[in-house]
Amino acid sequence: MYCVGRSAAMASTETQPAQDAGSVEAGLDALETAAAGRPPLRHTLVNKVLPPVIAIAVVLVAWTLLYPVVDDPSKLPSPAAVGAVFKDAWLRGDLLGYIWTSVSRGLLGFFFALLIGTPLGLLVARVKFVRAAIGPILSGLQSLPSVAWVPPAVIWLGLNNSMMYAVILLGAVPSIANGLVSGVDQVPPLFLRAGRTMGATGLKGVWHVTLPAALPGYVAGLKQGWAFSWRSLMAAEIIANFPDLGVGLGQLLENGRTASDMAMVFEAILLILFVGIAIDLLIFSPLERRVLRGRGLLVRS
Amino acid sequence: MATTLAKAEEAVEHAARIEHVSKSFTTPAGQQLVLDDITVDVAPGEFVTLLGASGCGKSTLLNLVAGLDRPTAGTITTDGRPALMFQEHALFPWLTAGRNIELALRLRGVPKPERRGRTEELLELVRLKGAYGKRVHELSGGMRQRVALARALAQESNLLLMDEPFAALDAITRDLLHDELTRIWAETGVSVLFVTHNVREAVRLAQRVILLSSRPGRIAREWTVGIPQPRRIEDAPVAELSLEITDVLRGEIRRHGQH
Ligand SMILES: Nc1ncnc2c1ncn2[C@@H]1O[C@H](COP(=O)(O)OP(=O)(O)OP(=O)(O)O)[C@@H](O)[C@H]1O
Ligand SMILES: [Mg+2]
Repeated sequence: MYCVGRSAAMASTETQPAQDAGSVEAGLDALETAAAGRPPLRHTLVNKVLPPVIAIAVVLVAWTLLYPVVDDPSKLPSPAAVGAVFKDAWLRGDLLGYIWTSVSRGLLGFFFALLIGTPLGLLVARVKFVRAAIGPILSGLQSLPSVAWVPPAVIWLGLNNSMMYAVILLGAVPSIANGLVSGVDQVPPLFLRAGRTMGATGLKGVWHVTLPAALPGYVAGLKQGWAFSWRSLMAAEIIANFPDLGVGLGQLLENGRTASDMAMVFEAILLILFVGIAIDLLIFSPLERRVLRGRGLLVRS
Repeated sequence: MATTLAKAEEAVEHAARIEHVSKSFTTPAGQQLVLDDITVDVAPGEFVTLLGASGCGKSTLLNLVAGLDRPTAGTITTDGRPALMFQEHALFPWLTAGRNIELALRLRGVPKPERRGRTEELLELVRLKGAYGKRVHELSGGMRQRVALARALAQESNLLLMDEPFAALDAITRDLLHDELTRIWAETGVSVLFVTHNVREAVRLAQRVILLSSRPGRIAREWTVGIPQPRRIEDAPVAELSLEITDVLRGEIRRHGQH
């Protein structure tokens, strides 16, 4: 009845205005949405690649100039000497082995930290009792340098691989869990209410609304968790220095120190730095950028 | 179809029935009565606007009807779960426009193969054909509200609650969305309970305008709008009735200054 009455009223006046509205709207939409393309390759090279290359060149030049001033290869090796150490390790086929030993430990440990930290974070975020019980401890642990876990881990587990994994876990789990907790806490209540009116309650609400909305905080936690676990792994490797554990980057550094071989120490430090940057650049930064860009939270300058 | 039959058997004569509803909040200053003895019926297919000054409890009432909060006294019955459209678009930024709509379909239990087609239909209904893959931040304010409208319509509720959905838009876009909403209401036969503090908007859209007083919110007066659709906000009869309502609204507000 209602519909009939109404459509009759609609039909009595011509449908002209309605069609008109559609085209005006299309015009407004076109005006209000700007097209954003991908920046050209040359642009990326000049803005992103060139500056770090110049910075490295400046450091190398300064190092070369400083070397004759210090004039003591046991304190400051020449760039050429460090280069030779790298070349030797490469020719012996050891270079990738050092990197792989540490990186595989780090990533495997990080993977376990992910499996533990994620449900833990969810529990703390969602269950009041759990939050009251361990929430403060968990966020307190974040300000404890994870290197502090190395001595107790050595006493508990001995100088072996499981001690290193324990140290990685202790470093990364609190960061990952805390990232998820703050991500969940920062979910705008509006989203939760919108979800509820659509029927996303209980587990459905967690899956369709809370978790995706908390993703930026979670990813930030992952990033920090990796940084923490990489640092504590290096500390653990320096201490747990046994040939049958395989030579990782921490062991390489320690070996350089015991042999008073400054070129080797430099080699190890550069490798640790390089791996840390590479993992961040290859895994975590793209992940974070993707999450933020999808939500329009990352402005391209 | 089965659900339609079941509804017919129950012989529903209201899309929503709000009976003697009161709501008070506990604040540090004590109990604050926000809504006092509100009774409103919305008939199936009816378009009702709730008009009131800022802070009079309009959003509170809509939240109660949507089931997001509970009344302190009184009862609210609705024909199924109502869809609610918020003042801010409330679209999920991690999903595209199309996926936002699909999520509503999915939560309603629409099988996967049907969702995409239904979403395209809804996007067409709000004149956003081709916006399926757009991210929320890539859309203008008006487009976002249209996607939000499509998402609310995807719930296929018998009752659509709208909480000042066009308040943040510029006048040109708002005018257009008024036309669209009137058209969609006529096409779908959904009942609408629309909240606004804009008198002309209320008159432009509604079959019935209900004026709420402030502190506490009570029903002050009610008007039936007999002007035939499609109306325009500039039409003389719309302006005339708006003037009358505005005078009563001012009177209501003035009362508060007197004590
Ligand atoms: N959760 C709450 N706790 C305490 N007071 C509340 C709460 N929610 C709303 N109020 C109070 O109730 C009153 C009505 O709020 P409400 O948001 O419903 O107003 P409104 O009519 O929607 O206003 P506006 O037009 O500005 O959106 C306000 O005075 C507000 O302070
Ligand atoms: Mg409000």
